[in-house]
Amino acid sequence: MSQPASLTWLAGHEFRLGWRDWVALMTAGGRARARNAAIALIAFAAFMHVFAYWTVARFADANLASDAAALVGITGTLLLSLSLLLSQAMESVTRAFYARSDLDLILSSPASAPRVFAVRMGRIAAAAVAVAVLLASPFINVLAVLGGARWFAAYGVVAAMGTVATAAALALTIVLFRTIGAKRTRLIAQVVAAVIGAAFVIGLQIAAIFSAGSLSRYVALQSEWMLAHAPDTSSAFWWPARAVLGDYAALAAVVAFGIGTLALSIALFSRRFGEHAVAAAGVSSTIVRQRRWFLGFRRRSPSRALRQKEWTLLLRDPWLISQTLMQILYLLPPALLLWVTFQKSNDSYLVLIPVVVMAAGQLAGGLAWLSISGEDAPDLVATAPITARRILAAKIEAVIGMIALIFAPIVGVLVLDEVFAGFVCGLGILSAAAAATMIQLCFRVQARRSQFRRRQTSSRIATFAEAFSSIAWASTSALAAAGAWHALGPAVIAFGILGGVWLMRPSRF
Amino acid sequence: MNQRHTPVALALRGVSKCFDRPAVDALDLTVYGGEFYALVGPNGAGKTTTLRMVVGLLRPDAGSICIEGIDALSDPVAAKQVTAWLSDEPMIYDKLTPYEYLEFVAGLWRIEPTVAEARARELIGWLGLEPHAHERCEGFSKGMRQKVALAGALVHDPKLIILDEPLTGLDAGTARQVKNVLRERVRAGGTVIMTTHILEVAERMADRIGVIAGGRLIAEGTLEELHRQTGKAAASLEDTFLTLVADQVVAA
Repeated sequence: MSQPASLTWLAGHEFRLGWRDWVALMTAGGRARARNAAIALIAFAAFMHVFAYWTVARFADANLASDAAALVGITGTLLLSLSLLLSQAMESVTRAFYARSDLDLILSSPASAPRVFAVRMGRIAAAAVAVAVLLASPFINVLAVLGGARWFAAYGVVAAMGTVATAAALALTIVLFRTIGAKRTRLIAQVVAAVIGAAFVIGLQIAAIFSAGSLSRYVALQSEWMLAHAPDTSSAFWWPARAVLGDYAALAAVVAFGIGTLALSIALFSRRFGEHAVAAAGVSSTIVRQRRWFLGFRRRSPSRALRQKEWTLLLRDPWLISQTLMQILYLLPPALLLWVTFQKSNDSYLVLIPVVVMAAGQLAGGLAWLSISGEDAPDLVATAPITARRILAAKIEAVIGMIALIFAPIVGVLVLDEVFAGFVCGLGILSAAAAATMIQLCFRVQARRSQFRRRQTSSRIATFAEAFSSIAWASTSALAAAGAWHALGPAVIAFGILGGVWLMRPSRF
Repeated sequence: MNQRHTPVALALRGVSKCFDRPAVDALDLTVYGGEFYALVGPNGAGKTTTLRMVVGLLRPDAGSICIEGIDALSDPVAAKQVTAWLSDEPMIYDKLTPYEYLEFVAGLWRIEPTVAEARARELIGWLGLEPHAHERCEGFSKGMRQKVALAGALVHDPKLIILDEPLTGLDAGTARQVKNVLRERVRAGGTVIMTTHILEVAERMADRIGVIAGGRLIAEGTLEELHRQTGKAAASLEDTFLTLVADQVVAA
């Protein structure tokens, strides 16, 4: 048994907290749901292994070490994963800074604060590594089973990427703290995390659109220009890719680099982490002034007051802005594809429409949860002299209004190019948004807006229904825009999902 | 107060609510217009459940609720128009300023903007919120949040104000401000119903006190009337309350 307040004792404590947090996230706090969550995880893992077999099995036996195209492809995939890991790690680091939780206890105890924060940083890295390894494992397992144990080396690379991402996230966040202060860092860090997460994917897609008129990021990675400008295959730049392919010397270098980077950042920043966490904890009591000149009360109906309130709260929430921004960022490539299509007048918008409809459905689901379930003053709204039906209607209007505002420019440009396609796209967006809103309405719960992060675990039926409904509406729209009668198929499925949701809904209208 | 000539602000008849066990059991309660009524009782007595049914947050299993002559169960919107509710945990929007919050509340209650704005300025002045009127509520202390919530409850000039433990966790200065505002409302003809565990507050502020235990109203009246019921004329409300509740436990 380790000595209290020692490094291992603190690590044990952090591990226990992390484990319980993860279990609560998976089971939404319900013990009865643990079994269902375990079954869902096993099913998901099986599905991912099948998917991995379908996508990477053909590479298992190939000798790719001297193939420049393969090295570019693997390195591109690693960079793509690293950008997502970095985004996730920045989100975790920012949350760790701003969550007050046990800060008072830690700082008022005789335990060494830098040691506690060093362990906490280690926990963030461990979480990043665990997520990376879990997501990569189906692909690595399939490759190893079919192509030999050398593929297991990829686990080391993935783990190293997790540590490098955490180290970079720590450095970036600390730099933000020191340059713009604790108050602004929360918003900026979350926006930066969203941009980093999306930037690499979007960059590749934009390059692909300009080079081949396609949304596929791999088109850009395999382009002649990219292969011509890539470093020589003997360059150290390819070590991570070589390590993935089973080069143990490269693997040792990559793992050493990952561990070294993390150790260095923990050594450098553990003291600062505490100082900045204290500064961040004070942010909640800092003053945010709003509208120095008061315009006076305006005449509003209850419905308009509710809609206005929803939009104001959305625009003032940094985390929500960053999440919404990320979803909007992903719309940039489709928008660019639309523009390129408009120039060339071909039918590539058929690729664009499902992407836009899918994004609308997902964004509407998030906004609907915030508006319908995430009410911070439920008693006030419930005791107002307005019917419950009218309250719900106003909240739905707020969601649909926001979706319409975001997607109107894309639909507008599409209409200019091809009226029918624009009409179908608009209808698809509205259908996907309405369906996602209805799903949230059926599974509404009373929660605070700050619990948004956990919305997907509060009802797994709602989460999956929302995703499948968006996919069904995206397929319907794409097929309808192509004039295919098969569009009826996914439309029937979309209505079937809504029917199923209606039958399984726990709350009554 | 001459209750025979005073209109009834709130009338509960046979109101019941059962969760796992009966929380409110065939409760009859009458509160008159312009009255300050304190509802006291031990934890789990059914005070909050009763008030949440009155303001429409819970639907009773049985009984009737009449607010200012309006049947609150058949016409809840009309009843809510004249009622305000303030819970012990002030729920306000962190990202709105007090003025924006009051503007939102005024919109929900369809108050004329000029009237609502004048009232908002008055309330913000009374409650000492002027320096913070244009700051977001996210950095406010509990007392300040309670004041904002109270201003929201009063901005639509309700005839009946219902408060659940409004003084819990407030410092002496803030508590006095809240009490002053409530007294002012009663003086202006409003009706206030308040639950509290602070018996001195009930003793000093209330015209009448209702003692609730086990979901039933076990005693009601002015302080003197309650003393008479227990036969302890010189006792404090605390002694009287404990005697009444102890008797109820024995009877149960």
